[in-house]
Amino acid sequence: MIHQVSCVNLPVDEQMRIQKVRTMPETSGPNTPRLCVVTGTHGDELEGQYVCYELTRRLREHPELLTGIVDIYPALNPLGIDSITRGVPGFDLDMNRVFPGNQDGALTEYAASEIVRDIEGADVCIDVHASNIFLREIPQVRVSEITAKKLIPYAKELNCDFIWVHASATVLQSTLAHTLNSRGVPTLVVEMGVGMRITREYGDQLLAGIFRLMHKLGAWQGEPPEVRKPIVSTDGRVAFLNAPTLGMFVPTAMHWERLHKGDKIGEIINPLTGEGVPIFSPVDGLLFTLREYPLVYEGSLLARMLATEEVAK
Amino acid sequence: MIRDTLFTLGSLYRDDLRVTGYRFGSGEKAACIVGAMRGNEVQQMYVASQLVRELRALEAQGRVVPGKEILVVPSVNHFSMNIGKRFWSLDNTDINRMFPGYDQSETTQRIAAKLFEHVSGYKLGMQFASFYMPGDFLPHVKMMDLGYQSAELGKQFGLPYVILRTPRPYDSTTLNYNWQVWETTAFSVYSTATDDIDERSARESVEAVLRFLDAQGVLNMGLMPQGEPSTVITEDHLPAVHAPASGVYRRFMHPGDRVRRGQVICEILHPLEGEVIERVKSPVDGRVFFAHHSPLVSERAVIYKIITED
Ligand SMILES: [Zn+2]
Repeated sequence: MIHQVSCVNLPVDEQMRIQKVRTMPETSGPNTPRLCVVTGTHGDELEGQYVCYELTRRLREHPELLTGIVDIYPALNPLGIDSITRGVPGFDLDMNRVFPGNQDGALTEYAASEIVRDIEGADVCIDVHASNIFLREIPQVRVSEITAKKLIPYAKELNCDFIWVHASATVLQSTLAHTLNSRGVPTLVVEMGVGMRITREYGDQLLAGIFRLMHKLGAWQGEPPEVRKPIVSTDGRVAFLNAPTLGMFVPTAMHWERLHKGDKIGEIINPLTGEGVPIFSPVDGLLFTLREYPLVYEGSLLARMLATEEVAK
Repeated sequence: MIRDTLFTLGSLYRDDLRVTGYRFGSGEKAACIVGAMRGNEVQQMYVASQLVRELRALEAQGRVVPGKEILVVPSVNHFSMNIGKRFWSLDNTDINRMFPGYDQSETTQRIAAKLFEHVSGYKLGMQFASFYMPGDFLPHVKMMDLGYQSAELGKQFGLPYVILRTPRPYDSTTLNYNWQVWETTAFSVYSTATDDIDERSARESVEAVLRFLDAQGVLNMGLMPQGEPSTVITEDHLPAVHAPASGVYRRFMHPGDRVRRGQVICEILHPLEGEVIERVKSPVDGRVFFAHHSPLVSERAVIYKIITED
């Protein structure tokens, strides 16, 4: 059943609605587990759309196996999704920098606070992101150092390849995940794929993980899918490769390929001068982030590697 | 005056981005002023450019105190200004959310790092800032309330209000926050407009900065018009009036206007039928600090901030 989470009148004859679809088990009580899946905070990220659709479809296919409540929020930033705008159109506000929001705030702050209010009390929340239009990511769960101990056991169920335990930056305190985690809802941020695209294979991979996690929560009585064992790493093993020059980046290595230090990843070409600069792997490791959008300035991120050993900062 | 290209950034098909600094006087790094960091901050660039013009004349008259150096950076992101974008042209990131920056990271992180390298180390830092909501302000000075600095200093600008802001998590990456962390006393100077040029408020901002630099012993202005007595207000104590409906917005009051409780301060009209659907009344006796400026309004938008006056 579709519910309205937040609704605000826009200037001319339109309501900005944030909606969710709730799937209920045949019987439920006060102890029935609840799982939330949210996506679409960034309007240019669409990978979660397939996950939402397919999750609802599979739940409806076997209602007899569902023993928990599943709330799916496919578009936290509906205006952004409609207009291929990462932030909230009109204000250029990053929706993931306004949480926990404010009941008395303007449009975005109010919507954020309604979202939090609606999710609070859930047993787990999965926040699906799709990188941005520039970078392609292997399915991964990102958790901050302060939440790692609590979240890693859940993250391991999600059938992702990699769990990135990152430093807890102050600025990230305004995210949905931080807000929910600090209010007692274990919230897992999944990053996968690339902006403006849907990668079905990644969606199916994550779905297996979601059913596995639901089984663990007692929300799904079907056979729990087998999941892959993720690599868990802190920032210490993540090597960043930024463009040394400007131009168009053309990759030659494959995403998630294992590379040795000095192996070629691609080239930055200059169509005007006819010059090209080869780009090499800085470490031995796995190529988990690879640039998708060719145009680069000096500094644009080309790749991130999960190094075999700790990398010097 | 010394004109310096502080740094450049190359682009595949566009001209280089050149960030220019103007230095006045020499010696101790006394004061640094940064103008536009976003592509829509035309007023902020304009104010800084007028300040460059004034300082150039003042320097020629020997009014920069010997042993003091002032640096003005009028514009950082004209790459976006030239193409009508607010944030960084390629990836839409905000340079003023990248400080202190990192010279081995993404492009806007590098821009922030290069800028910060040039603008840090000054005793005083001022930025001509803008707000994300469409609207006009009463000119004011904003300071991060980090507990260890005196709001009294802000009064020396002679603008009607000094606003103290409790830093939020997302403030931690702004220029002003990082100036403070690295021991520059930092101020955000807000003038009335952003996307348009407002001459009167630009002049006020320039005068306010000159007055402040005079009070701080960086300039020796001689006779200087007195500013307004400043009132210090905590940002959380600025009561906001929210739009009770959405539609076409008809504004009656402007920043600085005094309003009475119950006075109609704006109307909201049905966007398709033209009838007035809401007459919004001031909840307090006070002075308009912020007024929404756009022909349209969404429900719940902040349309006014009114400072209560006794
Ligand atoms: Zn995202």
